[in-house]
Amino acid sequence: MNTTTDTTPPARRRPWRDPRVRALTFQALALAAVVWFGWTLLDNTLTNMAERGISTGFGFLDEPAGFGILITLIPYDETMTYGRTFLVGLLNTLLVSGLGIAIATVLGFTVGIARLSSNWLIAKLALAYIEIFRNIPLLLQIFFWYFAVLQNLPSPRQSVTVGEAVFVNNRGLYLPEPIFQSGAGWVAAALAIGIAATVVLARLAKRRQDRTGRGLPVLWPGLTLIIGLPALVYALAGTPITWQLPALQGFNFRGGMAVLPELAALLTALAVYTAAFIAEIVRSGILSVDPGQVEAARALGLRPRLTLRLVVIPQAMRVIIPPLTSQYLNLTKNSSLATAIGYPDLVAVFMGTTLNQTGQAVEIVAMTMAVYLVISLSISSLMNVYNRAVALKER
Amino acid sequence: MSAASEHHPDLPPPRRQLGVLGWLRRNLFSTWYNSLLTLLAGYLLVRYAIPVINWALVEARFAGADASACDTEGACWLFVRERLGFFIYGFYPEALRWRVNIVFVLLAAAFAPQLIERFPGRRWLGLFGLTAFPVIALVLIRGGVLGLEAVPTADWGGLMLTLVLAYGGIFAALPVGTVLALGRRSDMPVIRGLSVVFIEVWRAVPLITVLFMASVMLPLFLPEGVNFDKLLRALIGIIMFQSAYMAEVVRGGLQAIPRGQYEAADALGLGYWRKMGLVILPQALKLVIPGIVNTFISLFKDTSLVLIIGLFDLLGTVQATIIDPAWSDVATEGYVFVAAVFWVFCFGLSRYSQDLERKLDTGHRER
Repeated sequence: MNTTTDTTPPARRRPWRDPRVRALTFQALALAAVVWFGWTLLDNTLTNMAERGISTGFGFLDEPAGFGILITLIPYDETMTYGRTFLVGLLNTLLVSGLGIAIATVLGFTVGIARLSSNWLIAKLALAYIEIFRNIPLLLQIFFWYFAVLQNLPSPRQSVTVGEAVFVNNRGLYLPEPIFQSGAGWVAAALAIGIAATVVLARLAKRRQDRTGRGLPVLWPGLTLIIGLPALVYALAGTPITWQLPALQGFNFRGGMAVLPELAALLTALAVYTAAFIAEIVRSGILSVDPGQVEAARALGLRPRLTLRLVVIPQAMRVIIPPLTSQYLNLTKNSSLATAIGYPDLVAVFMGTTLNQTGQAVEIVAMTMAVYLVISLSISSLMNVYNRAVALKER
Repeated sequence: MSAASEHHPDLPPPRRQLGVLGWLRRNLFSTWYNSLLTLLAGYLLVRYAIPVINWALVEARFAGADASACDTEGACWLFVRERLGFFIYGFYPEALRWRVNIVFVLLAAAFAPQLIERFPGRRWLGLFGLTAFPVIALVLIRGGVLGLEAVPTADWGGLMLTLVLAYGGIFAALPVGTVLALGRRSDMPVIRGLSVVFIEVWRAVPLITVLFMASVMLPLFLPEGVNFDKLLRALIGIIMFQSAYMAEVVRGGLQAIPRGQYEAADALGLGYWRKMGLVILPQALKLVIPGIVNTFISLFKDTSLVLIIGLFDLLGTVQATIIDPAWSDVATEGYVFVAAVFWVFCFGLSRYSQDLERKLDTGHRER
């Protein structure tokens, strides 16, 4: 047994040798530097703005804007306020991001699966698609679609048409517009009931599957409910939804829904570019599933389709979801390139025109950045919720 | 008994599984829907590839005196040829372009050998590319010292400007990003918090708002009389933006280093900076080289955004020339040219990063 006791007092630590003191000092210094830096910036900015006669504050949001906007989802005209331009720009950003995410997801999953096809030609075409589009700057692709493709389309009189209902020309894409008459509400209600009934059916089927091991058919009854029910109501209510076709009047088309070339070009470029990245994510996700899993499922007697649905896809999604989220975020942020071709998104309308007219740089840039911050944080938190639901649950 | 154990020579595989026919059968016509897909894809390929080849090669004009030579339906590559100088150097004075050419040669000499594994002196060339090269390049391109005529940054443009932005961006973003990553992994809550906020804010906003901010707001932030050059402002914006992404890449590497390495460094009595600099970072950075290259690829593509704040990078010079009334309708040719240049760089780099990934996969990662 060791009986010697240490009688010498521990050597006194010099304060600058004490890790705790050092850490505190270091942090205090860093904080002071950041505060000083921020304060200097603020001070400089206030001085500079006062010199240039720019008032600070958010009062400008109530002043009339006085400029027109090409695409508006909510009623807007030149007499409305800068606050309204912010809202219009924000909605346009959300519109192009939402549509872009939907198209890019469908296209990306298709190409990603095609990349793994046993068909040599299909696999190589998918590879070519991926390697071409993800290695070319997005801005260039937007320019290409807008200036080289859409502007070279025929004029309205020589429009390319699909069945005299859809027209494509250099002024945009014209689609039939649905006109809702009285009774259309019933069709919408039938659709809602169909979807709700299918969800209930799917839950019942799942519960039964868990309890007894036998499922219920969901796909066909579900499709019948979602498509058949509204169709039946549509016929019974005397066709309350009609389609207004675009028609050539003078130099351009009237009626119908118009997708302007700015939106079409931006959407195409965003979807095509992002889909190339999504395709690679999907491919690596599917390849990440251990082949032993498929062999085990086959050995249990699952048919190929069930193997895919119950074994491969759930495990692949776990790998796919996190990078997919960051692609969605990238697409949303990249939609700000709209400003280069004049699609009125948030950056073009608010950080462009509104900033030029009011000079309220600090407020406007802060608001715009805050919007992207909120969008980023909410998409990633939504995806985190989903990710937690599909994550590996270890017993 | 004897008949059953007697060795028969292996039979050749059925004729249908051999040769070209066998390959076709296996890879293109294995099932009825594969056959259908093959036929459909083949039809579309022929239908659209032939007109494109026709346009780009057969009916195209490669030479001629001026725009009037482009009288066919095909591509007018003559346009790209005529304006190549502008696309590469921008407004850089023609008499001084040899200086830029030297920089191009030095750049290629420093980095091309990195692709060949057993190139003699590869590491020294790489070191040169990261230390002496930027100084030499800045002196040569900017001038104003050593008796070289000064060229203002407003005259820089084209591919040269794209490369300056990309190189400057990566050169500064790597150290800044590493420091930020260390900050995010730090034990000190204030440092960690500041790093997290910095990284997340820059990652959440689009680059274009950053560039706008750099060009509109930076002058407001600075005290009276201090003014930056427009190019430098854009470069600062790009560096801030990319260093946040770089920080996340480096953090991935730091997290992949096993705890034992940190503890071993502590046990040896190394302080924080020596622990990081001598033990952790060399391993972590090596692990994430492919990620760094990927960040570089996206940075390289993103440099094209500077045209929105009025700088003439490669895309900017092309965008400015295709509206020239002397040449009618050359937008497609211009864009295809820029796309090809960017594609060669980005595709080459991504292949390089994939190669590295395979080579560096030495099993350090925690599984």
